Amino acid sequence: MRSDISKIRNFCIIAHIDHGKSTLADRIIEMTGLLTAREMQAQVLDNMDLERERGITIKAQAVRTVYKVKDGEEYIFNLIDTPGHVDFNYEVSRSLAACDGAILVVDAAQGIEAQTLANVYMAIDHDLEVFPVINKIDLPSAEPERVAQEIEDVIGIEAMDAPRISAKTGENVEDVLEAIVEKIPAPSGDPDAPLQALIFDSLYDSYKGVIVFFRVKNGTVKPGMRIRMMATGAEADVVETGYFGAGQFIPCEELSAGEVGYLTASIKNVQDTRVGDTVTGAAAPAKEALPGYKKVLPMVYCGMYPADGAHYQDLRDALEKLKLNDASLFYEPETSLALGFGFRCGFLGLLHLEIIEERLEREYDLDLVTTAPSVIYHVHKLDGEMIELTNPTNLPDPSEIDYMEEPFVSAEIIVTSEYIGSIMDLCQDRRGIYQSIEYIEAGRAILKYDLPLNEIIYDFYDALKSRSRGYASFDYELKGYVRSELVKLDILVNHEEVDALSFIVFAGNAYERGRRMCERLKEEIPRQLFEIPIQAAVGSRIIARETVKAMRKDVLAKCYGGDITRKKKLLEKQKEGKKRMRMIGNVEIPQKAFMSVLKLDEN
Amino acid sequence: MKTELELYLHIPFCARKCAYCDFFSGTFCMEEMRRYFEDLRTEIRACREEELLAAPVRSIFIGGGTPSFVPEEEIAKTIRTLRECFTIPGGIEFTIEANPGTLNEKKLDTYLESGINRLSLGLQSPDNRMLEKLQRIHSFSDFLDSFSMARRAGFTNISVDLMSGLPGETPEEFEKGLKTVVSLQPEHLSVYSLIIEENTPFYALYGPSGNKREELPDEECDRRIYHRTKELLEEAGYRRYEISNYARPGFECIHNLGYWTGVPYLGFGASAASFTGRRRFKNASDLKYLFHKKEEEETLSDAELMSEYMILGLRLSRGVSENAFKARFGRNLTEVFRDPVNKHCALKTLIREDGCIRLSEYGTDVANAVMQDFLI
Repeated sequence: MRSDISKIRNFCIIAHIDHGKSTLADRIIEMTGLLTAREMQAQVLDNMDLERERGITIKAQAVRTVYKVKDGEEYIFNLIDTPGHVDFNYEVSRSLAACDGAILVVDAAQGIEAQTLANVYMAIDHDLEVFPVINKIDLPSAEPERVAQEIEDVIGIEAMDAPRISAKTGENVEDVLEAIVEKIPAPSGDPDAPLQALIFDSLYDSYKGVIVFFRVKNGTVKPGMRIRMMATGAEADVVETGYFGAGQFIPCEELSAGEVGYLTASIKNVQDTRVGDTVTGAAAPAKEALPGYKKVLPMVYCGMYPADGAHYQDLRDALEKLKLNDASLFYEPETSLALGFGFRCGFLGLLHLEIIEERLEREYDLDLVTTAPSVIYHVHKLDGEMIELTNPTNLPDPSEIDYMEEPFVSAEIIVTSEYIGSIMDLCQDRRGIYQSIEYIEAGRAILKYDLPLNEIIYDFYDALKSRSRGYASFDYELKGYVRSELVKLDILVNHEEVDALSFIVFAGNAYERGRRMCERLKEEIPRQLFEIPIQAAVGSRIIARETVKAMRKDVLAKCYGGDITRKKKLLEKQKEGKKRMRMIGNVEIPQKAFMSVLKLDEN
Repeated sequence: MKTELELYLHIPFCARKCAYCDFFSGTFCMEEMRRYFEDLRTEIRACREEELLAAPVRSIFIGGGTPSFVPEEEIAKTIRTLRECFTIPGGIEFTIEANPGTLNEKKLDTYLESGINRLSLGLQSPDNRMLEKLQRIHSFSDFLDSFSMARRAGFTNISVDLMSGLPGETPEEFEKGLKTVVSLQPEHLSVYSLIIEENTPFYALYGPSGNKREELPDEECDRRIYHRTKELLEEAGYRRYEISNYARPGFECIHNLGYWTGVPYLGFGASAASFTGRRRFKNASDLKYLFHKKEEEETLSDAELMSEYMILGLRLSRGVSENAFKARFGRNLTEVFRDPVNKHCALKTLIREDGCIRLSEYGTDVANAVMQDFLI
């Protein structure tokens, strides 16, 4: 039986990290009664371990609950979760496009943050009805009135009657449920028109194949129907349709305009079901796809190598499996003199990189060596050719290069006035180009800077947090390529160049970076049986040097009959530790040394 | 090749446990002690290592714990049991470990009558402050008493154990103490750099997270002491023949040399290890060890035997003889271990000379790093 479209509410929750999105989602699910308290995991929407540990939501997911209003009428709520990190901006935009409204959750103590602002604007751009909720009123430092005023001033939406709630204690959350019914419009759409369904996520399941998450804008989809993805052109026969119970898939006969659900169609590859694509019927296709599809491209690249060369195939298999679930992950084989066979991998950002790295290590039990992340540089050669450089070792000889360009982003940083100075210093240090400053209220301002992407991918966020005692927030989008003085910094260990340690750096920073890189490597490389010089070089010019002194003592004073087994095990353990190191010439380099460049700005 | 055999008895009893000690040892009541010796003799009688039972014994070592702490009658009785079960030629090296403060004339006489002819005295330090830190039961003057008592009793082969690198001890203080000990003219000296073992009171104080860690000498200082020790002892007529062992010519410890050159040995008592030439096993570390499973038991492959032969043999100053290796394994040392030999000769951590491969002075400082490469 077809649902009454006027009784459906499709919405998402927009909030800054820690402002209580997941807690509110839990309360909504709890209070709409689909789950018993026992079934409730601490946070139902975030079901990957990794997500819970990081306190962020990586993959957009959805849940359908049934809310009974006071007069007994039942409403279907489809709550679509959105990732909370700038790396996944495009996914956020597609999730928003699947909704009709959004709840803006703002922390009553902290007020609006940069990322919230960016997402609210994105929601408004998608014509979503946004209504604010002021959360954490149970905190002693809560200032709901000030925050309501701030929402009105900064975003320009009515906030004085916003529900003042505590998602933690459940206080006034009932008001939010009522507001969802009242303020978020019912979906529109024609269930009998040709199918147009917006893919906002997908998931690979080894039994069912790809599970496609979508919102039906027009038409109806049901098992047996042949469908086509309008951008990729892939076709398949629908096996199952259904909606999202909390933590489970619940099959149903069909899904029609206004509904949110999933389908399976024995699709083998998430590449075929890209986020933002439109599902239509193969027999009676829609005239045009839904707007907004784009193929997301990696912004950050790094080399990933198995610590033990024998596990190359395992790494390949694992990447293949992860890619089944992650259309934005890119990889291709590459080789390094230092690290052997591995892959050059592309990611949406550093967080995405770290997540993939952790999943490879945890879920696939792989020991990895990861090289310094790099952005894509445009290398314009004298012969007119332009190379998109993702691996610093592939930089052509300087004599062939006309000029180089690097990607810049437009960044918005919201910061309280006392830290404006130090944040501006930070942006200046990172070669930022000042754009503007706007005060959003007495104590806070939005700083706008254009920044080179390679200056922010490593540790900018951490630096921002530490320089503002955690109060600054940050959002960015790619702006374009800008001509820049760039050089390749090489590292020589015991006079041998280590290709995996090379990186591209702004010429003006080469000396400083080289010096710190040498210092860092000196700490990371253990003493060996001889002295090891570590040098940084630009071209043939050595710009920095450190020395790892020879090992002084490593000897067991005693070894008699009863000790032999134990002492031998000790030697074996030491040897095992060395196996995990890489031989560069005759120097053993620990794997984490290859990540040293990431830590250059610590302290 | 004529099979020889060494015997070891473990006596896990002490008046008090020292703060750095991780051996299986401690304080027990008399009844437990009596029963332990009964078990020990039962174990010796029950030995079924047929191929070794007939081999001539080349040395015996009674270690601990503190063997000199227990009633000498038990020791004598146990030695009689050994003589019943094994072929023990007269005059072979026969050592007992003793602690100053636990010896008397009667004990020493009983030892000599039983055939014991070498005494290993655990002094550790001639500095009373250090002895207190180590929680030893004796003072330096107790040691002097024991030493001269042993000489008077007729012990002509005495070894003294010393420790270097003790917390708070300066190199000058150590050197002074070493000279004091040398003036007594023992035949043999073992000088160990203190090892901080896990599960000891010292580990809590001086281990990786101990708050007194900085009292230990740094690596540089430790090595200075080590090299100075060799220098001083050489001047006094001792030769370093193993990483931590020094002897007057002809007084190298035959028993320990056996461990480093692959001579089979049978160990009796709690936590004692045995090596048959192919198998190694170790009794449980428990007073009632006979009722427990062996702690370790392994049969070594040819490759493992060769590795061990190198790792142990390199501890010796003379190194490993290429001919002896060939005679034992039927293969050339420099073929089996071509890579590590080449690598370490190039790094000057190994020296290949006069048909032997041995650690250089620097190689000795970093012996583990060299030996690892000989693991197969």
